Amino acid sequence: MSDDAATTEPGGLIDRHVSFMGALRTAGLPVSMAESLDGGRAIAAIDLLEREQLRAAYAAAVVKHAAHRPAFDRLFDLWWPAAVGDGHDDGEAADGEGALDDAEPIDLDALRTELRDRLRDVLLSGDDEALRRLAREAVNGLGRAEGGQPGRQSWFTYRVLRAMNPDTLMASLLESVLFGKERGGLAEKVARQMITERIKQFEEMVESEVRRRLAEERGAETIAKTAVKPLVEQVEFLRASRDDLAALRRQVHPIARRLATRLTAKRRLGRSGRLDVRRTVRASLSTGGVPLTTIFKPHKPHKPELVVLCDVSGSVAAFAHFTVLLAFALREQFAKVRIFAFVDTTDEVTRFFERGGDVVDALQRMSSEADVVWYDGHSDYGHSFEIFAQKWPDAVGPKTSFLVLGDARTNYRAPALPALRSVVRQARHAFWLNPEPRQYWASGDSAAATYGEVMPMVECRNVQQLQEFVEGLLPV
Amino acid sequence: MPFFTSPDDVRERLAATGYLADDAIATTVFVADALGKPLLVEGPAGTGKTELAKAVATAAGAGMVRLQCYEGLDEARALYEWNYRKQLLRIQAAGDQAWEETHDDIFSEEFLLSRPLLTAIRQTDPTVLLVDETDKADVEVEGLLLEVLSDFQVTVPELGTIEAVRRPFVVLTSNATRELSEALKRRCLFLHVDYPDAEREKAIVMTRVPEVVEDLAEALVRTIRTLRALELKKAPSIAESIDWARTLVVLGVADLDEEAVARTLGVVLKHSSDHVRATKELGLA
Repeated sequence: MSDDAATTEPGGLIDRHVSFMGALRTAGLPVSMAESLDGGRAIAAIDLLEREQLRAAYAAAVVKHAAHRPAFDRLFDLWWPAAVGDGHDDGEAADGEGALDDAEPIDLDALRTELRDRLRDVLLSGDDEALRRLAREAVNGLGRAEGGQPGRQSWFTYRVLRAMNPDTLMASLLESVLFGKERGGLAEKVARQMITERIKQFEEMVESEVRRRLAEERGAETIAKTAVKPLVEQVEFLRASRDDLAALRRQVHPIARRLATRLTAKRRLGRSGRLDVRRTVRASLSTGGVPLTTIFKPHKPHKPELVVLCDVSGSVAAFAHFTVLLAFALREQFAKVRIFAFVDTTDEVTRFFERGGDVVDALQRMSSEADVVWYDGHSDYGHSFEIFAQKWPDAVGPKTSFLVLGDARTNYRAPALPALRSVVRQARHAFWLNPEPRQYWASGDSAAATYGEVMPMVECRNVQQLQEFVEGLLPV
Repeated sequence: MPFFTSPDDVRERLAATGYLADDAIATTVFVADALGKPLLVEGPAGTGKTELAKAVATAAGAGMVRLQCYEGLDEARALYEWNYRKQLLRIQAAGDQAWEETHDDIFSEEFLLSRPLLTAIRQTDPTVLLVDETDKADVEVEGLLLEVLSDFQVTVPELGTIEAVRRPFVVLTSNATRELSEALKRRCLFLHVDYPDAEREKAIVMTRVPEVVEDLAEALVRTIRTLRALELKKAPSIAESIDWARTLVVLGVADLDEEAVARTLGVVLKHSSDHVRATKELGLA
C-alpha cells in the first residue's frame, strides 16, 4: 500500500514517524503496521504546525487503549517537542537572554522570587499557556547543572521544584481566591482542590520540560527509556506509592465489572441447559407449528462461597486491601463472601464491608477496630491459623473456595501446618496468593515452600496477575 | 466525499449544533472523516459520546442510522433477516408452481428485512451510522462488524455481495465494560472522551442550560471537579453537571453554598455510599 501524501513530505518526516512508532512499540504499545500507516495518513491530512492537532491525529490512529495514553503523551513530547532550546522560537533561539552563561553571575534568588511571584499570579488566573511558558523559563533558569562530562548540561526537576516550591504558595493563593469568605467550609475545599490541580499541572509541565531539554542533549531514545511509567495494572503491590494505591482502588469496580462481563460471555458460550418446551412450542406458532427456533433454559451456575484469610500487617496490607475490595466488588458471583484478617491473631472483618459501604472508611475501620493484634504486632501465621481453625471451625466447608493472602514471612515463628492442613482439607479449592516475586519465596523467613506443600501458592504481584487468577477462580 | 474541510471547520459546525468539541475531538472527527475510517469513541458514561454522533449528523446534514447494541444482539437484528413468515405464505400460495421458480422468488428483495447495518450501507444520501454501546454486544457481533466496517459491504448468500454506494461515517461508542477485540480496534480510529477541563465544562453547562448565570456555572463546575477527585464509586459526569445546573435553576439557587449542595447532592451522586462520603469530605450536613 503506498502512502502518497506522506511520501511527498521531506524524508525527515517519514524517518521521524518511523522512529516514533518504534519508540511506542518499545514502550509496550501494540502498534501494528496497519496502525502505523494510518498514523502516516492521519498526519498527512492535517496541518503539521498545529501541534495539538498533530497529537490528536496520531493518538487516534495508534493509541487504542486509554491506559496507554500517558505513555504516548510523554513520547510524543519527546519526538515532537513544542520548542527548541530555551524556547524562544523566533530565530535567534539559543542566543537570546535564555543563554545565560554560567560564568555570568546571575542573581538566582532574585530570579527565584520573580518566578515565584509570577507563578502565583498564573496559578490564580489559570492560564495554561502562561503556565507552560513559566515552566519553560523556570527550568531554563533554575534547573540546569553541568553534566558529568565537560560541555554537557543536565537538567533536574527537583532543583526547579525545590526552588519554586509551589506548594508553599497555597496559603496565599487560598487567601486571594476566598477573599474574606469564611475558612474551613465548602468554599475552601473547592478552592484548595482547584489550586492543587493547577500546581500538579505545573509540576507535570516542569517534568516534561526537563525531559525535553534532556532529550535535546542526549537524544530522545535515551530519555524515552526512563520516561514511561508502568501501567497501573502492572504496578507491583509491594512497591506501590500512595498515589498508585488510590489509582488502584479506583480500578476495583471497573475490573470487577469487566470480569463479570467476561464471565457472562463465557457462561453463554458454555453448555446451555435443557430444552424449554413451553417457549419452543410458543415460538413455533408463528411458523405454522414448525419449531424453527429451539429455545433452551439457561444453565444455572453453582455459586461457591468465598472465604478470604488475609495478612494485613504493614508490609502486605496494600495487597490485602486491594484483593478484599475486589472480592467484595465481585460478591454477586459468589453465594457468600467472608473475610478474615490477621497480623498475629485472627478476626472476622466481613462486617466492615457491608453492601454499599464506603471503601476508604471500611479499610480504615478494618485496621483500627478489628482485633488482629495479640502479642507484638508482627506477622504470626502459625498462631493466626490456629485461632482461625479454633474459633471459626465451620467457616470453611465443602462448597468453599478458600484463599490465603500474604507473603508467608513468618518472622521465624512456627508455621502451624496441621491447623492449616485441616482447613484446606475441608475446602473445595484452596489457594495462597503471594504478592512477592517468585524468586524471593525461599529466602529469609519466608515459609512459602512449606506452605506451598499444603496448598497451591500463586504469584500475584500486580493487578494483571490477580485478574488472571480471579478469572480462573470464578465459576463458569 | 468528506463532510468537513479542517479540524476548525469541525469545531465550528459542531458548536453550531450545540456540541462544544475540544481540539482532540475536533481533530479526530476530522481525521476519521478524511480517511473514511470508523471512529471508536470510548469513555465513562455521560460524557457525550452518543451526543457526538448526533452532532456530527446534524452538522453534516446527514441522516442517522442507529444500531443499539445489547446482550444477545445477533445477525438477524443487526444486519438483515429473511421475512420467513411472508416466505411461508408465498410458498403456501404458490400452489403447483415449480419449486425452482418459487425458490428464486422467495429469496428476493421483497422478502429481505433490512436491519441498521444493511440500511446504512445501502443509503445513497450522506449517512452517519451510530453503533451504540458496542461493548454490550457479544463477541460474535464484533466479527460481523469487521466485514461491514473494513470493506463497507455485506454478503447475503442468496443475493450476493451488497457494496456501499456511499460510505457512511461510522461512530462506535463503548463504555469499556469489556475490551473490544484488537481486530476491531485496529480498523477504527480511537477517541477517548474524558471529563472536559474546567473552562470547557463551564461552557457546556452554559450552552445547555442558558438560564444559569456565569458565576453559578463556575462554582458548580469547580464543585463537580472536587467531587471527581474524591474516591467515589461513580464520579459525576457532564450529564450530571447539566442536570445539576437545571435543578439549581429550577430551585432558584443563586449561591452554591453548603446548604444548597447538601440539598441537591442527590442529582449528582447516585450511590448512597458516595453521598455519605461526599457529605463527610466536603463538610456538608
